[in-house]
Amino acid sequence: MTITEKILASAAGKEKVAPGEIVTVKVDLAMMTDIIGPRIEIAERLKELGARVWDPEKVVVVSDHYTPPATARQADIVKFTREWAQSQGIQRYHEYEGACHQILAEKGYIKPGMVAVGTDSHTCMGGAVGAFATGIGSTEMLGVLVTGEIWFKVPATIKVIWEGKPGAGVMAKDLILKTCGVIGHAGATYRALEFTGPAINALPMDERWCIANMAVEMGAKNGIIEADEVTAAFFQKIGVDEGKHFSSDPDAAYLQIIRLDAGQLEPQVACPPAVDQVHPIREVAGERIDQAYVGSCTGGRLNDLKAVAKILEGRKVAKNVRLLVSPASRDVYLEALKAGLLETIAAAGGVILAPTCGACVGAHSGLLAAGERCISATNRNFVGRMGSPQAEVYLASPATVAASAIEGRIADPRPYLEG
Amino acid sequence: MPQGVLRGKAWKFGDNINTDLISPAQYMELDYESIGRHAMEGVMPGFADRISKGDFIVAGENFGSGSSRETAQIALKYAGVGGVIAKSFARIFFRNSINTGLPVLELQEVDRIDQGDELEIDLAKGEVKNLSKNESYAVPPLPPNVRELVEAGGLIPYLKAKLQNT
Repeated sequence: MTITEKILASAAGKEKVAPGEIVTVKVDLAMMTDIIGPRIEIAERLKELGARVWDPEKVVVVSDHYTPPATARQADIVKFTREWAQSQGIQRYHEYEGACHQILAEKGYIKPGMVAVGTDSHTCMGGAVGAFATGIGSTEMLGVLVTGEIWFKVPATIKVIWEGKPGAGVMAKDLILKTCGVIGHAGATYRALEFTGPAINALPMDERWCIANMAVEMGAKNGIIEADEVTAAFFQKIGVDEGKHFSSDPDAAYLQIIRLDAGQLEPQVACPPAVDQVHPIREVAGERIDQAYVGSCTGGRLNDLKAVAKILEGRKVAKNVRLLVSPASRDVYLEALKAGLLETIAAAGGVILAPTCGACVGAHSGLLAAGERCISATNRNFVGRMGSPQAEVYLASPATVAASAIEGRIADPRPYLEG
Repeated sequence: MPQGVLRGKAWKFGDNINTDLISPAQYMELDYESIGRHAMEGVMPGFADRISKGDFIVAGENFGSGSSRETAQIALKYAGVGGVIAKSFARIFFRNSINTGLPVLELQEVDRIDQGDELEIDLAKGEVKNLSKNESYAVPPLPPNVRELVEAGGLIPYLKAKLQNT
């Protein structure tokens, strides 16, 4: 069996499962946000059913999309979310602390072998520690909150093997964008994506989250990386027992195996309006930009900010371009502050924003006007995603975003890292 | 999901109609009625005003890709959409639709349907009739556990029945 099949079998109380089989599994972690959380169907319907949350200790609620609120209505939603969490005895409520998936990661809420669901499609990020993690809607979450269970069709797995060693200026984001380009926007629908190979194994934890985060951009149910010594060191650092590990059997059956070479990889850019319109940097370099954005659960971690600061050190953001930087969490913010990264970014002309989903989801803090163009370290470039439907979003690594901010046009980060 | 026979006109769309097109995030803080007024705005401004209650969206591959935000279902329902027929769906969107009782049908013959065609859908039979063309298409059956949810009218009525039995 694959790691995904083993986790689902274990959570279903079965010896074995096979792709296509429908199983009911126990949920270890259920996460809700402010934008799609208690306020959409959940709070009211729970009352209507006369039910309470099955196990408040397994629930995490994060107000991240509307913090800090841009409108009184957003503030109402955050207040509602907070009060509902309190009323249900949910201790693990976080607001103004960062993007929900980063909170699950750095607090050690998501652990290897878990079944985790969340009301945000990028919940699949949790797979970076060898968990089965996937996004669900709020009515589905209501079912989880009442029963503690959910059904899944066991997905067949596509194995993505990244060989080689990426060069300087090539980040995990480039690996996953390339993967999106190869597999396509819907190419992994209903599938599990298992990421492996020397280039994945060599990635630090910060970069692994970025890989699993974007599994859903290929339509996948989950993305997963087996836990190893890098994972163990991460849990040791945050002082959390990592629990039970699963790994794929050597004879596990895969629907497809895709081999890619990180050694040959250039920085990648996904052009508007789809995540799979991926091109090597040389094909898009020189395109004018108005905004450069670093942040979110995809591209706002410490390693990302390090890459940005390294390129910006002693340089200035181009005139007529704004660089907006939203650290993925309060912890990341603090560490970046202590390391002097935020100072470097601000000195170069970057604007440091609150840790938030903000502009990535088109809610606040950096929306685009009609006709504007943004290069962004986030995960989606759909029409209207970051503001006006007439704006355009290019997706790239934090390093590419930083180099582009300096030049005022899409730029290759590698020349900035030479010597 | 409503039972019996549904009837409405077809509104045609292409592939990869994602959740940001169906229900742009900047309207998500509004009430349900207002979210509905902005349905499909990213791809067809004025959609909610143009359709009649019960009309169907007929789309290509990967309808509903992107977010898990159930405001996509809310937007379509409040705009008056009677159901979505597509060649394929993104999985979270499909699940959310089943759970919230928005009829969703996977149909390979989507290209046979033109903008404005009059359709009749028999959910129990799993059949789409194209009255304008005098054709009918069979919808592949759902897995038994999903059918149970559909027959209950969505996840909430299903849970209600389940809670009453325990």
